[in-house]
Amino acid sequence: MLLGPALFVSAALFTLGVAGVLFRRNAIVIFMCIELMLNAVNLTFIALAQALGVAGQIFVFFVMTVAAAEAAVGLAILLAVFRHRGTLNLTQINLLKG
Amino acid sequence: MPWPLALFWMFAGVAIGSALLCITRRSPVASALWLVVTLFQIAALFVLLDAEFIAVLQVLVYAGAIMVVFLFVIMLLDLGHPGPSDIRGPLGLAVASLLAGALGLKLAVLFRAVPPSGAGFAPAGLEHAIETQGLVGVVARPLFSTYVVPFEIASILLLAAIVGAVVLAKREL
Repeated sequence: MLLGPALFVSAALFTLGVAGVLFRRNAIVIFMCIELMLNAVNLTFIALAQALGVAGQIFVFFVMTVAAAEAAVGLAILLAVFRHRGTLNLTQINLLKG
Repeated sequence: MPWPLALFWMFAGVAIGSALLCITRRSPVASALWLVVTLFQIAALFVLLDAEFIAVLQVLVYAGAIMVVFLFVIMLLDLGHPGPSDIRGPLGLAVASLLAGALGLKLAVLFRAVPPSGAGFAPAGLEHAIETQGLVGVVARPLFSTYVVPFEIASILLLAAIVGAVVLAKREL
């Protein structure tokens, strides 16, 4: 049974994604780290689906749909931000800071 | 060590290593390519966990479509050059590592998890279902019966995302 190891690996991948979001400043890399976290969660769903029934796999299907929609809209937003400010460095995108 | 477990740890090791490289590379293109490696390893883990159809979707949708869009945008914005490092300074790095490490410790407790017995699902459900309904049928049947309403909502979400992306990417907003 691979449930324990799979949960461990997905915890490690999720942690790496969180670390990436916390210590990078490039918006596009942060976006990729979010994709990494989504994949870690998908791994959890698949591992539990093996033990508890197929509903987990269906959920992964929907997570992938939402991730695709999120990537399309998010990257369009990043494009608009880059056109407007000329950078994707999050320390320089601080309009709300005043 | 039985061979599925050995294979599992091999793929898992490559996945974690390339995820580490993904979050530390300076150039966004290198980061994206290491993320593609991670996604392929996760697809291999899906196969080992009896989810072959989802593994194919992972390669087609994630590695094939989403990461291509990422690379496309990186190259469109000309971010490929490894400029000055965008990793935070020593204080930010320490705080981030501490927070992420604490979260990782919490999550790693799951290593000892056992599946709850009788959680409302059929016992030994998946293997038996794959034998009787086939690899795709086992996912497709509930998707178009029990979960048909979420499926339709997902299509509306995708339509909204397409329209939103086109509007946002227009030259004058």
